[in-house]
Order: sequence, then C-alpha cells, then structure tokens
Amino acid sequence: MKKKNKTNDKAALNGILLRRPIQRCAPFFILPTFLAFCIGFIWPFLQGIYLSFCNFNTPADAQWVGVTNYVKAFSDAGFANAFRNTAAFAVVSIILINVVAFLIAYALTQKMRGANLFRTVFFMPNLIGGVVLGYIWSMIFDGVLKAYNTYLTADASYGFWGLVILVAWQQIGYMMIIYIAGLQAVPEDMLEAASIDGADKRQTLFRVIIPNVMPSVTICTFLTLTNSFKLFDQNLALTGGLPSIMENGSKINATELLALNIYSTYNINKSWHGAAQAKAVVFFLLVAVLAIAQQTATSRKEVQQ
Amino acid sequence: MKKLISSLLVAVMVLGLMACGGTSESTESTEPAPAAESEAAATPETAPAEESTAEAAGSVYYLNFKPEADQAWQDLAALYTEQTGVPVKVVTAASGTYSDTLTAEMAKTEAPTLFQCGNAQGLIDWNDYCLDLTGTDVLAEMTTSDFNLTDETGAVKAIGYCYECFGIIVNTALLEEAGYALSDITDFASLSEIAHDIHDRASELGFDAFASAGLDSSSSWRFSGHLANMPLYYEFRDDGVTAQPATITGAYLDNYRNIWDLYINTAAADPTGLTTYTGDHSQAQFGNSEVVFWQQGSWEYANLVGETYGMDPANLAMIPIYCGVEGEEEAGLCSGTENCWAVNSQASEENIQATLDFVHWVVTSEEGTTMMAEQFGPIPFKNAKTPENVFFADANELLADGKYTVTWAFNHTPNVDDWRATVVTALAAYSADQSDANWAKVVEAFVDGWAYEYTIQNG
Repeated sequence: MKKKNKTNDKAALNGILLRRPIQRCAPFFILPTFLAFCIGFIWPFLQGIYLSFCNFNTPADAQWVGVTNYVKAFSDAGFANAFRNTAAFAVVSIILINVVAFLIAYALTQKMRGANLFRTVFFMPNLIGGVVLGYIWSMIFDGVLKAYNTYLTADASYGFWGLVILVAWQQIGYMMIIYIAGLQAVPEDMLEAASIDGADKRQTLFRVIIPNVMPSVTICTFLTLTNSFKLFDQNLALTGGLPSIMENGSKINATELLALNIYSTYNINKSWHGAAQAKAVVFFLLVAVLAIAQQTATSRKEVQQ
Repeated sequence: MKKLISSLLVAVMVLGLMACGGTSESTESTEPAPAAESEAAATPETAPAEESTAEAAGSVYYLNFKPEADQAWQDLAALYTEQTGVPVKVVTAASGTYSDTLTAEMAKTEAPTLFQCGNAQGLIDWNDYCLDLTGTDVLAEMTTSDFNLTDETGAVKAIGYCYECFGIIVNTALLEEAGYALSDITDFASLSEIAHDIHDRASELGFDAFASAGLDSSSSWRFSGHLANMPLYYEFRDDGVTAQPATITGAYLDNYRNIWDLYINTAAADPTGLTTYTGDHSQAQFGNSEVVFWQQGSWEYANLVGETYGMDPANLAMIPIYCGVEGEEEAGLCSGTENCWAVNSQASEENIQATLDFVHWVVTSEEGTTMMAEQFGPIPFKNAKTPENVFFADANELLADGKYTVTWAFNHTPNVDDWRATVVTALAAYSADQSDANWAKVVEAFVDGWAYEYTIQNG
C-alpha cells in the first residue's frame, strides 16, 4: 500500500532478486522444524488418538477395543468430579487473575516512584517452577492452618482455595506485564481528546482505556483459561488430589483437576491406560473448543485502530 | 518506550523459558538424582579378547530397582562380563519411577531381559512378559518359595531374591535409661504402659517414646502400608485367605486403632498436624536418640549405623508390632519382600539363557553372594552369606524361638496407592480429632475402600 519513491526502486529490485531463490527454497528451510513438529507433536498426537481406542500396556502391544475406553472414562465418577473442580477453578482464577493483574498494571502505569521495581517483583513468581511452588505453598498453608488446629488436606475447600491463591500469585505478574504493554499502547491523542471533552477518570477508564486494551484482554483470558485447564504440577505438588474420600462405597479425590485425574487414571494399572488416553482426548477437545470460543468472543470486542 | 521494550523483551525471554518447562509434566524435576543410566561394560569389545569364549552368546539387560545398589550392580556386571564375555547392561531407574521406566524400556527393541515384578499389581501389568521360571537352575538354588510370585496356574513368574523385615525399632540404651529392659515388652499392654510412662516423663528424661507418625507422603506408607499389615494379616490368617480377596471385614481394626493411638499420643509430634511430618523427621528423631521407638524396617540399618547418626549396633533391636491381638506374645517380625526378579519372556532365546545364567551366577558365586549380602541382607538361596544387619539377627532369633512370622499381607492390597491415600486421609482427620465418628471414617476407608479399589483394579 505504501507509496514507493524512486530511490527505493533499486533496493526493491534487489530485494526481489534476493528473495526469489530464497522463496523457492522455503520448503527446504521449513523442513527441519516441520519434521521435528511431526515427530514431537503430530505423530504422538495421532498415535494418542489411536491408543484411546485400544487396550495397551506399552504402545507396541495395543489391541483395538472400540469405544469401550470412552464409556469407561465417562462412567468414572472421579472424572466428573475433576471436571467440576476444573470448571470452578477456571472461572474463579480467570476472574481473579485478570482483574487483579489489570488493577496492578493500571496502578503501575500511573506515574509513581519505584514502578519498575514493583513490576519486576510482581513478575518474579513466574520464574519458579510449579512443583517447587506447590511444595513451598503447602508448607505455608500448613503453617498458617496449624494455628487453627487443622491442615491443608483436611478439607476440600482449603485445597481448592489454596490452589487458587497459588496460581493467582504465580500468574498475576505475568498477565500484568501483558496489560502494562496494552495500557502503554493506548493512543495519547485519544486520552487527550477524552480529557478535553471533560471525561472524568472513571469514564476514561471504561470508555477509552478498556476498549483499547481488549487485545490484551483476549490474550490474557486465553492464557488463564488454558493454563487453568492444563494445570498439573501445582495440583500434584500442593495436595496431590487429597483429601481422598470414601462415600457410599465410591471414592473421590476432592481436589483433583482434570490433568491430574488423567495422570492418576493411567497409573491405576494397564487396564486403565486406554481409559486414561480416552480422557486425554476428551480433555484436548474440551480445551480446544473452549479456547476457540473464547477467542472469537473476546476478539469481537477489540477496537480496530 | 525503551522501558516497555525492555520489559516486553524480558517477558518474551521468560515465555520461552516457560514453554520449555511447561511441557514436561513430571514431578521428577525435584528428584535430586536423575536416572543413573550408566552402562557397565556393555559391549563384548570391552571384555578381554582371550576370555570371550564361544559360549558368550546373548546378552543381559537388567533394569535395577534400587538406586542405592546401582554401583554394586554395575561393578558386579562388569566383573561378570570380564569373566565370561557375556555383556551385561545395568540401568537403574530413579527413585519412585520404576514402573514408568519399565514401561518405556519394554517398548524398545532392546528391552530389559531381567526386571523387577514385586507384587500383585506388578503381576497384573507384566504377567505377559514374565517367563515361567519353573525348573530353572536358579529356582533349584532357593531355600524357600515363600517370597515367589506365582500366577493362577501355579507357574513361578517372579522369584523373591531377598527379603526384608519391619517392626518397631528400639533404642535399647534409652530404654534402659528409662528403667526398662527389652524383655519387659512382651505384648501390647506392656508396650503401651512403657511408652506412656516414658512420654509422661519426657521432659525429665530428655527423650520421648515414639518418633513422629508423619502422614506426609514420605512417611505415611509406614502406617497405611506396613502398620495396616497387622489387621490384614490377622484377618487373612483367621479366614484362610491366600489370594487377593474382593472384600475384607476389618475384624482387627480395633487393634489397628490401639496401636495408632499409642503412636500419636506418646510422641512429641502434634497429632493435629501429622500431614506435615516427613519420614526424614522421624528418622532424625530416632537417629539423634530423641525417641526410644520407631516403626521402620531392616533397610534402615545402614542409615542408622552410618556416618550421619553413627548409632552403635549394640543399642539397636527390632521388636514385633504388638496391637493387642490374642496370642501376639508369640509373634515374630513382619517379613516379606517386594524385590522379585522376572525374566522377560519376550526376549530372544539366547538372551533369556544368558539372563538365567547370570542370575544363577549372582546367587551362587563368591562375588555375587558377597554383594547380595552387603546390599540386600539375607537372601533365600543355598549359598547365601550372613549379613551383619542386627535386625535380621533379631528376626532369625525370634524364628528360632518358634515365633510365627507375620507375612506381608498388604501385598494383596488392590490398587495399592489409591487405597492407601484414602486410608491416610481418614487417619489424618482422625488424628486431629480422635472421635469415634472419625474412626468410623477410617474403617470405611479401610473396608469399603478395599472393595471399591478391587472393582477399579479389575474394571
């Protein structure tokens, strides 16, 4: 679309001459990455789908059994319970993380002393791995709960809110960075026009700033949504799904999320490998559908500049 | 603007890091020791040429289960290769990852020819891979078949190559300081009386009765597994159960409660927070002579007399777990094993033969039996050497006195990890508030949990 002037013509011609052979070689350059992608992702993914229809111990001795694994997966009360936990966890953590991260980002884009230091500090929890965090936080929660003569795995709600706090603590700083970037990209002239038109702070925030940071909101909700569905390490290290409760002859792991449920199903014994694989396929579909739906919903609200 | 760019750059950098860490969904990142995958003289070329004779066909690949014995296996494998020219590869799975490693290795072309298959669970998963060992030379060398695993047709699928025992380890020096002798403890009543007396005088004596009964995952298996063996053993003995039952009655759970109450109420550890106490905590308490009693097994001997704690073997003894069952004065220690060798039936014929020869050599040769005695204590083979571990001496003495061995009934537990997790949850709740209603939850976890896990296991 840009207008070209004469001095650029030569460079453009050179560019094309250079680019053409490179373009022809494009498949060659893509090949290594594409191969790695196939070996590391596409092939295991397809094999995973195939195995979800099989009974197997090692992938080599898989036997086709049709949809029985899916029947088994759906009739497992633990899977339904894990799904409910995950859904509740996702709703709570998406709201909490995004609201708090946005507020902090908003505060830190105001002119204040030490804003950069705060940004760094808030971001730091991201640098710690999930398993380590899980163990550290379980000690913190147990230390606090000890004062009330109880402990983290005594009640499912402790574990649930513990996990919410842990994940919020870990991810708020990360989302904050994205929101800060979004806030700083809000055009100055718009803000100026708003203030000239007499908009107060609240109106500026809701009518100008938030519509302009919608792309960041899209990214952040996408990340928090998929993160909370895929959550595994923190869940495993913090409570490991405990408390594990027997009720009326059936058992649930009260704080187990989907990914951990799949993992522990696989570890029961070889007759559950297929069912765990089936759960994993269902899990993939669920995350994919939700993520796509969320993307389309929030990106519609984005302002085109 | 510069700041924005730099902070974004940092963010992108970290995102890259996160992507690297995020995909590996494993707990092993906290494991201090990665899988020790060193190969010992794996290739025939490394063997001296003049000794690699014509009989050196086939090779052995042993997937070892115990990281602490890795070096000993590597050395033994190298020695065997040097003597016979048969290549022996030993790979050791990192602590707690054996079944994952085994699954991964079995899928390879060069699968392990010798592996570990220690309990009912292992047999469910790997029965198809376990060679029937009936009639082999190594089986003929065994002194007992008590520790072997057989399938429903009676075929020997795995052989127990060593055994272990557990009970209550006693610091006899402290016991004497408190005014008692080991012979004073003959049943639950006397144990309970002594433990309560020591606990009541703890501040004056400077030590307490029992080490912490931690319900952290590093310690809880001592109670959901080993201690739970007591009610299971007596129930199975009464009912004549020899194979995995679909349901249990929990007839001896009151005895389980007796001993559990004693553990948590005569210890310095706070019963309301038992989930925070680790296995190391109880080990340190006992090792540093802060407590008289500690429920543990023969495998702890090396730790206790080793450099860290430097305890005198003369002050260590192991007594049976008494829980108030009639006739328990005649009880011995709980002996059994989860250490069983299985030979991969799907390996090539030469490799199977080479593996059987290797195993036979390990349990008959001077070098092999010496190593086994050092690493694994007493082994149930004719040529076994006597180990120095005093706990086995206690076990043997009790047997010689005509006491009965409490076998490892918990090897029958269905879906064992999950069953134990449910029991631990209920035990922790009961310990924090020792009411009958909470004990009913323990019984439910024990009995109903068994039935539930049995259906899951076979589902």
